[in-house]
Formats: sequence, C-alpha cells, structure tokens
Amino acid sequence: MRTDGTAVRVHGDDLDTDVMYPGAFLNIEDPAEMASHLFEGFDPSLRERLEGDTILVVDRNFGIGSSREHVLVAMKASGVRGIVGKSFARIFFRNCANLGLAAVRCPEAVDAARDRSRIAIDTAGTVEVDGRQFEAPPAPPFLLELGAAGGLVEWTAARLSR
Amino acid sequence: MPWRSSLPHTLAEKILLAHSDVDELRPGDVVTVRCDVVMANDVSGPVAFRAMERMGATRVFDPERVVMVADHFVPAKDARSAELQRRLETWSREQGVAFYGQGRGGIEHTLLCEEGWVTPGSVIAGGDSHTCTYGALGSFGTGLGSTDIASCLALGSFWQQVPETIAVEVDGSPGEYVTGKDVILAVLAEIGVGGGTNAVLEFRGPGAEALSLDERLAVANMAVEAGAETGIFPADESVRQYLDGRARWEWRPERSDDGAELRQRLSIELSSLEPLVALPHLPGNVRTVSEAAGVRVDQVYIGNCANGTLTDLRQAASILAGRSVDPGTRAIVVPATQAIWREAAAEGLLDTFVEAGVMVSTPTCGACFGGSNGVLAAGETAVATTNRNFRGRMGSPEAQVYLANAWVAAAAAVAGELVHPREIA
Repeated sequence: MRTDGTAVRVHGDDLDTDVMYPGAFLNIEDPAEMASHLFEGFDPSLRERLEGDTILVVDRNFGIGSSREHVLVAMKASGVRGIVGKSFARIFFRNCANLGLAAVRCPEAVDAARDRSRIAIDTAGTVEVDGRQFEAPPAPPFLLELGAAGGLVEWTAARLSR
Repeated sequence: MPWRSSLPHTLAEKILLAHSDVDELRPGDVVTVRCDVVMANDVSGPVAFRAMERMGATRVFDPERVVMVADHFVPAKDARSAELQRRLETWSREQGVAFYGQGRGGIEHTLLCEEGWVTPGSVIAGGDSHTCTYGALGSFGTGLGSTDIASCLALGSFWQQVPETIAVEVDGSPGEYVTGKDVILAVLAEIGVGGGTNAVLEFRGPGAEALSLDERLAVANMAVEAGAETGIFPADESVRQYLDGRARWEWRPERSDDGAELRQRLSIELSSLEPLVALPHLPGNVRTVSEAAGVRVDQVYIGNCANGTLTDLRQAASILAGRSVDPGTRAIVVPATQAIWREAAAEGLLDTFVEAGVMVSTPTCGACFGGSNGVLAAGETAVATTNRNFRGRMGSPEAQVYLANAWVAAAAAVAGELVHPREIA
C-alpha cells in the first residue's frame, strides 16, 4: 500500500485511544461528527492542522488501550492518509491494516520528519521524508494482500463472493 | 486438541495451531485463526454490523457461536445510546444469536465466564480490548476492532500474528490485602505499558495456581495494559471444578511444553508484594499504596470487568462494615453481573454498602470508560478498581484516577484519602 502527504508531528510515547477519542463520544455514528472530537482529550488544536493530506508522525507505542475504531474513522474523516511511528500498540495497528490506513514503523523516519515534511509511505518497506529514503520492516505478505484489497471489508467481501 | 507439530510450543502457540490449518507455526507468522466464540457489545456491535453489511454478509458463520451483550452505556444514558442498544437487540434476534439484554446479564467478560462460554484451549474474538480476561480460564481471548469482528461474524476466523510468550512465574503466598490486582500491577511496573506487545503473558507456578479464579480474572484482564494479546493461565483443578456443569463445550487441559521458546521470564514472589496503586495517567505508573498515601479522594469506584467480582465485593464490605464513607468522599459499587448482584444481596453485602453510604449500581461498564454512572469533574480524584487511568478516561481530562484493589479502594472510601488498608482494619 502506498500513500503520501504532509507531516503533522504528534509528540508523546504511549498515547492511548481514550485521549484520541474519549469514551463519552462512543455513541456517535456519523464520521464527520466523530472527526469533531478527534484528539479531544489530548490536544484539540491538532484537529485544525489536519488539512486533507495528512501523514501523522508519532512516537513509541502509539494507540494503546481500547479497541475503539472510532479513532481511525475520525482520522480518515479528517484527511489522515497514513501514520509513521516509532512503534504501535497491537489492536491499533490491526485496526489501521483493517481499515486500509497505511501504518509503518520506522523510528529513523520519525526522527527525520518535521511538521510539514513531505512524506511518502510504501508498506512494502520504505518511508521517504523530504526526499530522503528510510527502510522500514516490510509488512508480512498477508498484510500486503490486505492493503492491496483496500482493507478487511473488501478482502472479506472478495472471500465471500468466491 | 488435535496435534500436528513435534516441536516444543507454548500454550498460546498450541491453541493457535489447533485453530488454524497450518502444520507448524512460529512467532511472527501470520495465520488464520478459527473462533470458538465471537462477542461484541452495544458500542462495538453496531459498528461491526454496518461493516458486515458492506462486506455483503447477511448471516453470521454460526449463530451458536455468537454472543452479544448490552453493557457499555446501560441503562441508556441518552437517546443515541438507547438506539445502539435497540439495534444490538434487533440484530441479535434477526440472526438468532445469544443476546444478554439489560437486566439479564452484566459486564460482558465476567458474564461470559459465568455463563460457560469460556473454556480452556478455546479462541474467543471479542469487540472489546479486555477480551484478554478469558485467559484466566486458559482461553486465547483477544480484543479486536469492529471491522475485525465483522469479518469474524461473517467467516468465523481472523488473521493473527503469532505472539511470543512471556512467562510470569508466580511463587509464594500473598500477605494480607494483596490480591491478583497487585500481581498484574507488579508486572506492569516491571515491563511497562509496551512490554507485552506482540506477546502473550503466561502466568504459571504454585503462586498462580493458588490465586482464586476471581483473582485470575483481575490478572488476565489487564494483560492488554502491558500491550499483550492475552494473559493466560493453564487450566487446573479449580478451573475444572468451576466449569463442571457450566461449560458449553468439551475441553481438555493443555500447557506449555518444556523447552518451548520464551521471549522473557519474570518472577513474582507473592509474599514480598504490597498493595499497589497505578498513579495517573498510566497503568504502568505503579507505586506501593504506602508511597501514595495521603492523596485526597473525591470518588471511590468499585466494579468493572477487572474487579467487580464477589471476591472484590466481599473484600470491600469487610472494610466498610460498621464504618461510613468519609463525608468528603462518595463511593459507588458496581457488581459485575446480575448473578453477582444477587449473591452479594443474599450475603448482606449490598446492605453493608448502603448502610455505609455507598451508592450500589446495576451492572454496567458505566464510568470505567467515562460513559455514565459516576464520571469525574475537572480537578477531582478517584480511586478505582478498574483497569485504565488514562487522562480523561473517567470523565474530565483534568481528573486524576488511581487504580487499586478492592481493599485499598474501600479503605480510601472510609479514610477519604489513599491509605494502607491495615490503617483502617
């Protein structure tokens, strides 16, 4: 899976999904309304910096805690196209893969990126930051297949129609 | 369990191998894992149902293997929550799957154990991160997002990267006021909130077998707080007794092979543990209760899928009996299920709570996740037997949450501040 965009740097290790999308709003179903609560418990001003072609650049163990997909639905509705991180929590990383959002672990690229850096991600194993190329661990073959399908909804639909 | 590989494997690897079509597997491999049970709730369920529709799936893979539980925003906190609960119920009836409605179940993880859905060696996919609780009974229970759950509902399987195993060897016997909660907080103190990523925590040894099943639930429940896929106890005699007449399907005990490869070994000596607390705003921010003593407390919350069992209620009641909640503090007790509520009532525990000035609630996830039923104002401090103290988890981002066992929480209610329970009793 490939994508590109403009970096928004989000600082902090162990950022949890509660601060990214607080529990009180889990009864909301409209993606646009979800987007209006993204990062509510952490830094609501981040919302104004998501301009439609965003690559989030994040620190270690991003997305710990709850399995709520509302975080990713809100991110996608806010124009987030991909995430480059030092590392990810397990369920959050699964949700990215399932919802077709490119997430790559690449600490060197995170260190090189600044706000507004141009970033290109290829989940097969590279991240480009302002023209500099970094190697990332390639996604396992199954995840590349999932990415090529567009996500788990499309992958499952294809399995069912076989 | 059908067995193909001749190499030594951990318990988690054996379960995954028995639920996949591969002949051999290693940590890091991505395999397709069959589910014995798929579970979701009033928050994760409706999101999954819509994803299932987009997949073009009209029926679940096996209605006998699907359970829906209304527990998060119950009783409905507003019209939107009521709508989610109605949709959960309608969908469950249409699909012919098990449905535990309001007043007929309780908090999903405690409930599914109680109702015999959880058996050793099974794989349970749950639309809730604390599905890892089922490891207490030797099951590979693991939390997944709603799209994952939708695919499980349609196909009966999910993709899984085979995790490594971290063995937690538990030895000795605990001193007074030390519980399963302190065991898992001690693990979090050691490996932090990322130390279990891409791993399973396996609790073993005489100290692990000496923990009651209620305490094992508390331990396994917070495995995800270390980032782990699940926290598993090999099933023993106490599990067999508990499941006798309760289990919905047959099972066989299984354990890790000698010589199976481990990522790490941790040792916990129970006799050297003290009651612990996790300070705001991270479950891995652990101190002894004595180190944290003196913090003023506005609210005490005893309940949730980690520590709302009869054992927890008995511990809390023994502290609160004949005493009162401090005038500057409010206390809420939330029995995890209807069955626990009734047993607590029959034992007189609920009366003890009410007499002490405690609010006794119906089972609900409630304020644990900031939903309703006791959310915190800015500047307030809570002591909770729950599993997460992230910023804003129980309400205002300006509130502070300390995680602790039921003894410590009840003592804080009486004293109005964090205190070692021996100071009260």
